[in-house]
Amino acid sequence: MPEVATTEKVAVQIKVNGKPYSREIEPRMLLVEFLREECDLTGTHVGCDTSYCGACTVLLNGAAVKSCTMFAVQADGADITTVEGLAKDNQLHPIQKAFGDSYGLQCGYCTPGLMLSTYQLLSKNPDPNEAEIRRAIAGNTCRCTGYMNIFKAIQQAGKNMKGA
Amino acid sequence: MLGQLGEGAKLLAGGQSLIPLMKLRFASPEHLVDLNFISDTSFIKEGSGALHFGAMTRHAEIENSALTRQIPVLRDCAAGIADVQIRNRGTIGGSLAEADPSGDWANALMTLDTTIHCLGPNGARKLALSDFIKDAYTTDLANDELVTEVEVKIPPKGSSGAYLAFKRTAPVYPSASVAVQLAMDGDTCKDAAISLGCVGLTPIRASQAEKELSGKRLDDKALAAAAESARAAADPQPDMRGSADYKRQLVAALVKKAINIAARRARGEQIEGHHLYA
Repeated sequence: MPEVATTEKVAVQIKVNGKPYSREIEPRMLLVEFLREECDLTGTHVGCDTSYCGACTVLLNGAAVKSCTMFAVQADGADITTVEGLAKDNQLHPIQKAFGDSYGLQCGYCTPGLMLSTYQLLSKNPDPNEAEIRRAIAGNTCRCTGYMNIFKAIQQAGKNMKGA
Repeated sequence: MLGQLGEGAKLLAGGQSLIPLMKLRFASPEHLVDLNFISDTSFIKEGSGALHFGAMTRHAEIENSALTRQIPVLRDCAAGIADVQIRNRGTIGGSLAEADPSGDWANALMTLDTTIHCLGPNGARKLALSDFIKDAYTTDLANDELVTEVEVKIPPKGSSGAYLAFKRTAPVYPSASVAVQLAMDGDTCKDAAISLGCVGLTPIRASQAEKELSGKRLDDKALAAAAESARAAADPQPDMRGSADYKRQLVAALVKKAINIAARRARGEQIEGHHLYA
């Protein structure tokens, strides 16, 4: 059995927010580390690093996933959306606007993850009730707001997106 | 390939258990073999009176499949595992092969006629779920074998079930879980299957509780007897999720609630399952 050094690198190409990134990376690198360190996209946060808090949530081919609980090599060939991919042409995305307008954040650490969970929810259900919102963001922990303004923000975002 | 890599190799399915375990250094495999790029391992099909799930089928795919609605226990289980993000990644085959005593799938499927399809260098074999799960974190799989498919017989008409897990918050493992499957004839229970999760090294079949229901009308007395038997059958460890007594109490309450939902569903009522939060 040949010894495989952990530093042996693997070539990947991952599309992040529409832009392809070709890199040689260690197989053990987590997707969140790839985004933050290889792509310099530091909007995706590491909260708990144990798959609990959801601060690292990104979209993997449209589905919300915790980027601390997947290896970057597993995203080879995939399409990733991070919080940096939401705003277009210097215009905030309707979800971002709603979180601001409804005071759906305080310190903001959990906000990028929450907005991407919101994105998956609203792409399937633009008019969610409170129970549906609770289910959709159950994997995102916020330690400041008490969530009430986040619910309002998500409902507002749904309205913003329908109007858009 | 698994044969070549030997005992130090571990299969990576959805990674939602294995990657956190590796971070905690509870698992340090020499080699990881990622199954995610193998095609045709994720599917949901109906055939010969059963539903067939590819081992790499994600919980979210099972939750959202119209086929799954025929067996409410499956939907209850899939829709309640952890949170959206984890359900988008985690797989049914990975969960079963992990055999975590607190895992959801093994307990939910124990009340159904479930067959695990395995594949290795010596060919394919099938075994009943109860023979597949050996012990905590231990299955009948050899080092060079993997799960390819989970086959679940569709229960006959008049039969229905429910799976309930009690959790402190969404992403954590349940404190206790209960699966119930009832075959009903009017108000009388012909046959019952009851399994308890998170309160033993493997799911526990509560056979005395099943007997308390079989051939009986499901009145308060029968429910109380079944709940009491389930409480006695549970063998929980005290931990940060609660004391042993608390968990037994929880099991008794969940059993009653699950029997109730299963019986109403067997009568044709539509009841959305929800896992319970503290």
